[in-house]
Amino acid sequence: MAKVLERKPLTFAEKTYLPQVLGGLKITFKNMLGKKVTMEYPEERPNIPDNYRGVPTLVHDPNGREKCVSCQLCEFVCPPKAIRITPGSIPEGDEHEHVEKAPQDFEINMLRCIYCGMCQEVCPEEAIFLQDVYSLVGTSREELVFHKKKLYELGGTRPDQHYKWDVKKAAEEEALAGNGHH
Amino acid sequence: MPATTKEVDMQDVAARGADYGEELHGEEMTLNMGPSHPATHGVLRLRLKLDGDFITECDPVIGYLHRGDEKIAENMTYNQFVPYTDRLDYLAPLANNVCYAIAVEKLANLEVPPRCQTIRIICCELARISSHLLGLGVYGMDTGAMTTFLYTFTEREKLYSLFEELTGARFTTSYTRIGGVARDIPEGWLGRVSNFLNQFEPKIDELDNLLTRNKIFLDRTKDIAIISREDAIAYAFTGPNLRASGVDSDLRRDRPYCGYEDYDFEVPIGTVGDAYDRYLVRMEEVRQSVRIVRQAIDKMPEGPYFAEDAKKIHVPPKAKVLTSMEELIQNFMIVTEGPQMPAGEVYFEAENPKGILGFFIHSKGGGVPFRLKIRAPSFCSLSILPKIAKGLMMSDVPVVLGSFDFVMGECDR
Repeated sequence: MAKVLERKPLTFAEKTYLPQVLGGLKITFKNMLGKKVTMEYPEERPNIPDNYRGVPTLVHDPNGREKCVSCQLCEFVCPPKAIRITPGSIPEGDEHEHVEKAPQDFEINMLRCIYCGMCQEVCPEEAIFLQDVYSLVGTSREELVFHKKKLYELGGTRPDQHYKWDVKKAAEEEALAGNGHH
Repeated sequence: MPATTKEVDMQDVAARGADYGEELHGEEMTLNMGPSHPATHGVLRLRLKLDGDFITECDPVIGYLHRGDEKIAENMTYNQFVPYTDRLDYLAPLANNVCYAIAVEKLANLEVPPRCQTIRIICCELARISSHLLGLGVYGMDTGAMTTFLYTFTEREKLYSLFEELTGARFTTSYTRIGGVARDIPEGWLGRVSNFLNQFEPKIDELDNLLTRNKIFLDRTKDIAIISREDAIAYAFTGPNLRASGVDSDLRRDRPYCGYEDYDFEVPIGTVGDAYDRYLVRMEEVRQSVRIVRQAIDKMPEGPYFAEDAKKIHVPPKAKVLTSMEELIQNFMIVTEGPQMPAGEVYFEAENPKGILGFFIHSKGGGVPFRLKIRAPSFCSLSILPKIAKGLMMSDVPVVLGSFDFVMGECDR
């Protein structure tokens, strides 16, 4: 259904500009005396909702394990190709040896990153996590290429729902113990 | 030192005129407006030939924001291109996301669940409100009314906070995925949208009071840059610009997608086709969008927010990826190879805030398009400039550009 927008000619009073000027001033004053809509930024900070897509970081699980297993899926999906991973292995005798792999280096170029959150979305380990940091400053290009150490520092620890590697290890040990009985 | 200008020492203007009679008819001046000029809304450059204050020739130079989006699309999977659609019409990224997702789903012949459709409609209409708010506010500023710009930006800010909550980003939303949306709506979000709409309607009336019958605004816009019905069609105008010229066309009603046929709304059309009509149409469209969003909130169905049965297109839910081997493999396959599409060609267009945004996709099967073409409404709107600008005054240029409400990200692609 179409709605034809009629244009009524201006009345004589309106043609004198005055009603509009006064009406405009009324609106302006109403807004001027109303609640303030601006925010004094560095002192006041906006509320950041959950799931905000800020700086991507790497996280530890509550046992202090680096969650990334360097599967390189985030590197693959990243639309601007901001991530570069050098895969590595966990040394023998390490507490988390059963996880087998961890990145030797993990590099995110924050100058390339577009904060789309796809890395977090596809990560099968919940190892990469977008923080609520929205303001990132650096004085050189090198400074804004974040390496593994910096990424873990920023990321901190996130709760883990599944502990899938520990569960897997426990199951394997149980199976082994079960075999021993026979 | 050789002088480049002739010094004239005359007592008064009349005497100067009398003496220099013929010489005062100077040459035509070529004026370069943009690519960095506040009134050209981005990086449009106009090469103007001026006869005094009147324009004799106008030549828009585009391409300053060309990033090769169409070529980029050929080098990545369908999902990876979603963030790039944000940057087409960057004033309504959600609407672009939705249009792109529907285009690819049309290729896959995939139907998304009703909840997903309703979420997408809310997204589209909120994007329309946000885009028109910017369009109207900046239009006001182009005609000399700074106040309207500040007021519409205040409202837009509230909308962006809602987008932020929904998608995680204020501006570059990247919200849709092929076969669904990136995440479900957060708890209580619909209520907050409803609250926004309630306080927004009086604000729209406020804007109406400031501009619609304001003689200063009317003097600047009425009967300026009249585009006839025939011209609007011949130059492939779409969206509000086409409707302002009196053509009754709206894809949401004529060729409904995403379930628009279930919503009740009116399509505003103008009578004259001048810059003022383009303003009126946008004002009314904002009101109609509010109506649509209200209806969508009322009928928001329960259910999944992505197509669960599309095993080769949409990644499985995260909890399953973390616990089950089969879903983990599926996740890897879809991410690395892309959502699997059949071979074929498809064209889909949607009614975006700026007009009809179309995606043509040529697929040879697999997860990457062979060719992707974007039909951008702003490009068509600008193409009439050489014709329409002739005879206008220099000071009308910002008004005409403001009335077209174009965005260069989409025009240059």
